[in-house]
Parts: sequence; structure tokens; C-alpha cells
Amino acid sequence: MEFIFLVIAVFTVVTALLAVLTKDRTVSILAAGASGLFGSILFIIMAAPDVAMTEAAIGSGLTTFIFFFALKKIRSRDNG
Amino acid sequence: MVKKGFTLLMLGGLGSILLKFVLDFKEKLALPEVSAHYVQNGPAELGAPNVVTSVVVTYRGLDTLGEVTILFAAAAVVGLLLHLNQNKVENRTEGSELLKTGSALLFPLIILFGTYVFLNGHLTPGGGFQGGAIIASALVLSILASPNRKIGHTALGILESLSGVSYVILGLAGALLTANGFLNNRILPLGEYGTLFSAGLIPVIYSIIGLKVGSELSSVVIGLKGESDEEAHQ
Amino acid sequence: MIGTIAIVTGVALVLIGLWAVLTNRDIIRMIVGFSLFDLGVHIIMLSVGYISGGTAPIIESLSDIGKSTVDPVPQALVLTAIVIGLGITAFMLTYAVNMYEKKGTLEIDKYEELKW
Repeated sequence: MEFIFLVIAVFTVVTALLAVLTKDRTVSILAAGASGLFGSILFIIMAAPDVAMTEAAIGSGLTTFIFFFALKKIRSRDNG
Repeated sequence: MVKKGFTLLMLGGLGSILLKFVLDFKEKLALPEVSAHYVQNGPAELGAPNVVTSVVVTYRGLDTLGEVTILFAAAAVVGLLLHLNQNKVENRTEGSELLKTGSALLFPLIILFGTYVFLNGHLTPGGGFQGGAIIASALVLSILASPNRKIGHTALGILESLSGVSYVILGLAGALLTANGFLNNRILPLGEYGTLFSAGLIPVIYSIIGLKVGSELSSVVIGLKGESDEEAHQ
Repeated sequence: MIGTIAIVTGVALVLIGLWAVLTNRDIIRMIVGFSLFDLGVHIIMLSVGYISGGTAPIIESLSDIGKSTVDPVPQALVLTAIVIGLGITAFMLTYAVNMYEKKGTLEIDKYEELKW
């Protein structure tokens, strides 16, 4: 169990680094969402199921949605 | 060059403080006193198997009231700022056939699942915040499939305000009727342990919080997406 | 062991998020950095409440109270904090959209009204 925890923790940090170092905005937003999902797996292994549900629904789902909606608003003013 | 040095200085400073914190960290072996009281006396006093729910709703109910207020303020400011810059938006392309059929099938199921999650918040992991977020995701799916549909903003606004007001009224009723404090949950009878209608006022309060959070997050997300042309003309 | 790994992950995420805020000049990437910072702080808060060998704080029947569970109070605080984090992110993005409409650019170096 601790080995699995270590692997998932490494994935969380690696996707966070990917979100910060990449040049493309879309990849950055998606990598932040993926980091939130790996974080929710960490919360489950730490015996916190309520927090894991909330992080998966809000931190990974709704945050990515609002980032893309705001990006779309910016791009539509850009082209029009 | 100065900027880079300054950045490294800030990161280094924060890193050294946190490093000392990490090095002194030892895992705990027993619960602290307050949490031990909540875990041992919570289910017997309040009748809810989920200890986190009883902490959020009853033992630390005032923090939940503050959080509901902050969410309301953030949603109000987002609505205000987006409304000031309301430009006319061109007609959007509809979703494909697959997306429309899939969302028509999934939308009632997701709403049902979200309602189940916040109704059973005191028995299984879950509760008002999680159920509200699931309901907001269902609304986002429906607006992705047919972007030209009007969403009743007034209906969402009325639902949200009613839920907020009834949460405060229930809390004051606990303070006035039983003389045991704000958001006391023994106004309703405790019932049998582990059934749906147990734990006094906790399912009612969590359902109200679930409706409030769901309608609030929906209006924030849909407001960021923008309105269609027919709404701007009327 | 789990607690130590969790707190190191949390500290790493805090430093990565803060680095993203300080070195990027594009508003959207600064907001992504804030989101990562938030996640790191939540992981640190939960790892402080972890008890070795504890189980989830859900008590099946009233005679079961002898088992050791993890601390429920930090979990309640993190639950609230995640929802507030979403509200603040939505707030920041609304400001970013408004700023783009006034000036036409998302680089914060071009906003010079508040400089001396």
C-alpha cells in the first residue's frame, strides 16, 4: 500500500510540473485537472472518502470547465 | 536578473521554513482530545454514522455558515461583473447527434445520483457539497449539448436565495426552540441508527445546503459560458 | 510512512504553484499556479490529521466505537476549503476576462496604470 501511495504521489508532482513547464495553455489546464485527480486518489488512501469525492468533483471537474469557458470567451473576442 | 534573484529568494525562504516543518513531522498515534470526543460521543449524541457530516453540520456549524456566505458573495460578484460586459454573442453550433442523445439519457440519471448523494450524507460518505457539485455538472452537460437553450436564471436565483434563508431560519430555530445552541439538530427526533430518517435535522440541513451549492455553482459556471442570442434580445 | 510521503508531496506542490505564480507573465497560467498551490495546502492539512493504521471516520454500529479512526476535524476543514477554492478561481477568471476586454492583452507587463 505504501508503494502504491509513493507512485501516485510521484505522478501528482510530475503532472504539476508538466502544467507549469509547458508552453501550451490547453495542456497546462488539462494537466492541472489531472493533478487534482491523482490528488483525490491520495486522499482515498489516507482514509478520507468525503474529501476525495469533493476534490474529484470540484477540484478536477468544475475547475477545468470554468477554465475552458473563460478561455473560449477570450478567444471569441480575439477572432471577432 | 534582479527578478530571478528575488524569485529564488522567496522560494528559498518559504522552502526552508517548510523544510523545518517536514523534518519535525512525526505521525500521530492517537487522536487528539477534541476529535476523540467527537468520534466517541458523536454517533450516540447526534445519531449520524458519518462523523465528518456531524462535525460539518452540527459541531462546527458556524464555519459552514461562513462558507455559505463566502460562496454567495463570490457568485454574486461573478454574476455582476459578467453582466456589465454583456455583448451580443453569435449563434453557436449545436452539439453533435451523439452528444445530444447521450446527454438526454444521462441528465436525469446524474440529477438522481446527486440527490441520492446529498440525501444520504449522514449514512455514507457524501453530503451537500458533493451532491451540489454533481448537480452542477449535470447542468453543464446539458448546456454543452444544446448551447442555444435558455437557462432560467431567475429560477436558479430564487432557489439559491430560498435555500440560504431557510438554512439560517433552521439554525435560529435550533437556538430559540431548544436553548441548546445554533444549529442544534434535536428539534426532530433522532430515530433509529442507520436509517434514512434519522439524526434529527441533519438530512434536512444537508439537503438545503446541497440545493444551494448546486444552484450557485450552476449559475457561476453558466454565467461564465455566456448567454445565447434570444436571451440578449429579450 | 504515508504521512511523511504526503507532507513532502504537499510541500512540493506548494513550491511548484508559487514558482508558477512568480515567473509567468500570462494571467491564465498564474491562475493555474494558484490552483496547484491550493491542492498542495489541502494535502498538507490532511496529512497532519492522519493516524497510523486508522480507518475512515464512519462508524457502522454503535458497538463499534473501539476502533481507531483518523481525525475528522481536518477533513471537515478541507471540505470547506475546496469549495471556497473553486469560488475564488471563478472570481479570478472573471477578472481575467474583464481585463482582456479592456486592454486586449493577457500579459500583465502591459498593465501600467498602477506603476509609479
